[in-house]
Amino acid sequence: MRYLPLTPEDRAAMLNTIGAASIDDFYEDVPQSARLSGTIEGLPDHQGELAVERHLSRLASKNTTASDVPFFVGAGAYKHHVPASVDMIIQRSEFLTTYTPYQPEIAQGTLQTLFEFQTQVAAMTAMDVANASMYDGSTACAEAAVMACRVTRRKKVVLSGGLHPHYAAATRLLCEAQGIEVIELEPAIDGELDLANHVDDVTACVIGQSPNVFGTVTDLSPVADAAHEKKALLVSVFTEAVSLGLVTPPGEMGADIAVGEGQSIGNPLTFGGPYVGLFACTQKLVRQMPGRLCGETVDADGSRGFVLTLSTREQHIRRDKATSNICTNSGLCALAFTAHMTLLGGKGLEQLAVLNHETACDLADALETVSGVEILTPRFFNEFAFRTPVDAEAVLAMLEERGVLGGVRASRLISDPGFGDVIIAAATECTTQDDIAAYVAALKEVI
Amino acid sequence: MGMQSIGRPTSPFPSSVSGAETVSGSKGLLQHEDLIFEIGSPDKTGVDLPKPKGGKNRLGGVARQQSTGLPGLSEPEAVRHYMRLSQRNYAIDLGLFPLGSCTMKHNPRLNEKAARMPGFSDIHPLQPQRTVQGALELIDELATWLKTLTGMPAVAMSPKAGAHGELCGMLAIRQALIARGEAETRKRVLVPASAHGTNPATAIQCGFIVDEIKADARGRVDMVDLRSKLETTDDVAGIMLTNPNTCGLFETDIKTIADLIHDAGGYFYCDGANFNAIVGRVRPGDLGVDAMHINLHKTFSTPHGGGGPGSGPTVLSDALAPYAPVPFVVKDDDGFRLIEETEGDAAQAFGRMVAFHGQMGMFVRALTYMLSHGADGLKQVAEDAVLNANYIQARLKTVMTPAFEGYCMHEALFSDAFTADGIETIDIAKAMLDEGYHPMTMYFPLVVHGAMLIEPTETESKQELDRFCETMTVIAERAAQGDEALKGAPYLAPKKRLDETQAARKPVLKWTAPVPEAVAAE
Repeated sequence: MRYLPLTPEDRAAMLNTIGAASIDDFYEDVPQSARLSGTIEGLPDHQGELAVERHLSRLASKNTTASDVPFFVGAGAYKHHVPASVDMIIQRSEFLTTYTPYQPEIAQGTLQTLFEFQTQVAAMTAMDVANASMYDGSTACAEAAVMACRVTRRKKVVLSGGLHPHYAAATRLLCEAQGIEVIELEPAIDGELDLANHVDDVTACVIGQSPNVFGTVTDLSPVADAAHEKKALLVSVFTEAVSLGLVTPPGEMGADIAVGEGQSIGNPLTFGGPYVGLFACTQKLVRQMPGRLCGETVDADGSRGFVLTLSTREQHIRRDKATSNICTNSGLCALAFTAHMTLLGGKGLEQLAVLNHETACDLADALETVSGVEILTPRFFNEFAFRTPVDAEAVLAMLEERGVLGGVRASRLISDPGFGDVIIAAATECTTQDDIAAYVAALKEVI
Repeated sequence: MGMQSIGRPTSPFPSSVSGAETVSGSKGLLQHEDLIFEIGSPDKTGVDLPKPKGGKNRLGGVARQQSTGLPGLSEPEAVRHYMRLSQRNYAIDLGLFPLGSCTMKHNPRLNEKAARMPGFSDIHPLQPQRTVQGALELIDELATWLKTLTGMPAVAMSPKAGAHGELCGMLAIRQALIARGEAETRKRVLVPASAHGTNPATAIQCGFIVDEIKADARGRVDMVDLRSKLETTDDVAGIMLTNPNTCGLFETDIKTIADLIHDAGGYFYCDGANFNAIVGRVRPGDLGVDAMHINLHKTFSTPHGGGGPGSGPTVLSDALAPYAPVPFVVKDDDGFRLIEETEGDAAQAFGRMVAFHGQMGMFVRALTYMLSHGADGLKQVAEDAVLNANYIQARLKTVMTPAFEGYCMHEALFSDAFTADGIETIDIAKAMLDEGYHPMTMYFPLVVHGAMLIEPTETESKQELDRFCETMTVIAERAAQGDEALKGAPYLAPKKRLDETQAARKPVLKWTAPVPEAVAAE
């Protein structure tokens, strides 16, 4: 067995040193009725690399990849180019095969990259501070809601009708378990500002999204003002991190907490995970933040170093009084994010964002030439919703038969029957003019 | 003969100069490296992008006002930056990483290769399901392995990490109590004092109240205390118990505990962090477990990545299976299908925990590992992990103080009783850094004074273990003798002991540009 270094002779010698007759001695505390004899039935025995690789290749080959076809699927995860050096960096053993940096003297590599990550995320969101990452955008959103309740000592949160429905579901679940009331506004393509009308004296926070699940970008400043007037918080959500290079970021709209999905920078699609949740807030809320935080300090020689800090918020110290049960963050995905951002730089991010936006404009312009298509999203970044004259599911299926993955039907995310003919389509720097032409040609055939 | 020496072979030169101070700040192979904000520039980039065409804009004025001001680096600079930083990290690939309860085993590279197959890495979670049948099949296959290895009928695949799996299990329990109409009365969750901090934190997150149970002198659940906690039963929601427990011991009375909890009308949540000790030898389903998360990044070798991403699929008993969260994969005549809504097949589901379908990249790695080991290999994994831990315990028991008598499971637990006054567990840990080892878990579990929890895993050779034990013997003897030099360790690590108090008192959580001296003076 290639991953097991002990030889039969080693095992015998070790048992002898221990003074045990056999390995079974170590399992003597297992109740008799639960002891298995032999190996577990119904599973194959070990296999060599070649056989295993063949098995995995066979499964992989049954999937259509985003690079195989003209591809316009978004709605919370996006097909972007990841520089070759990013994947090489995260496969470096010292990053890949290490643990949470509990021993900072021998973990400065991880810690310094987390400090850089936090600085980048704070700058991109225009917030004061960011943590060392969360599982993903949806869980970051849920944690933001319960954090807002801790901060305000209130138990009601209001979700916009443009919040990604999966984010809304994750948030509702965590809130309801804690006795927090959740108000969800009706699904709306351009309804983020409605949040301002739903803040009262017991509201902990309102949660708005820009760009929202329909792609609509909104300046949430009026919502922030309405929330702050009632001493509530604004949680500002994004699922497309590249938008931060071009679209008004949470900090410029008066957000108290900014959360979002960082997958678009440095991380491949991978069928939905692992991704990296971004979490930032104002300075005065920092001690109520969930998750790991990396801070600067000095060592015994007075030289600069980094450590995990403010751990008195966390479960391993505070146990039942912790701000969250979160333990791991999304370290390696955060490394991919920070490495890609380091390669891009601020100007590179802006340029990438402009490219995405222009490509999406090209796509919208092209789709509008198809009779019956109506673009529904009034202002967008790299994604928008459009109406088709027939059922969206049927349209997408016919496009798929023509080798085009044309987007996400809104009905996959929203049960409201009013959205049955709505498709959400995204374009990125990976989208070519040929892809757009293929989309338009196929769409003309099917509607 | 190399060009560098051109016939002039080098030989050692006796010198009294230590050469420790350098002008560059580098120390031989360990290169000095500043922050990207100090070495980069906003005008640099390591990515060549096409020039925007200009002209089109549909933002409606919702545009960023202030630029991020973030620096970029060219590719050679960026690669060098991360390579230099990487050399300041300890890692499994460098040596023994005996962090108890974390199962730092070798991460096979075939796993990485498989996860990077475009058929897995380049597929979108919301593609039409017809175009991702291989992905759904993989999830189903992994689920089958997990159910078979645990002897449990159902598994929720979407939890993102161990603590998230705990949340999944406890939310399933909550939902079952809601279905019974007892959610408002059954609020009490029993948690041993030795539990991971995530257990009580999770229970609270689900709206439960934590009631702590004592450990007995053998490091197991104190059955007298447990029975006393169950004198009233109508408020009991369940128990959260780690098995093998955090003392590295199998809970001898586990079936009795399960029966007592079930008789009380509660559910048994098992923290599966230590599944590596029993995989292939014991099925949690045979012990009366109702829910258990499995850390794919521990037992099934997916990389820890410096703190995630993890993955925490959670197996469920028949009693809890109907409440499993969406999404999940089912198979019918048309192939594999995702159930994404809490209706129809999933009408009783407690909800959705995350966007999309879980940690697919980790699923690929874990399945690759399982197929590599097979049922026979996984059993050997558990046995070797337990053998290695017992070997360490046997070799160190004369110089360190085992916390409990008898054999351990996959990790050996010592207290600090053997140390001289003034020498603490942390001093031993820091001395290990100088010897080239990552320390064990320290000060956990809380029930043992100055706890040192050593988990070698099965991927260490006997030679490595011998070298480790010889080193630990010397460090332990120094600790017993009260060697003050230990207090200054580490001496040879990339950093000296860091000031964590200062970091917490005045948190500096991001880089800020230094104020130019002329401005500061005004």
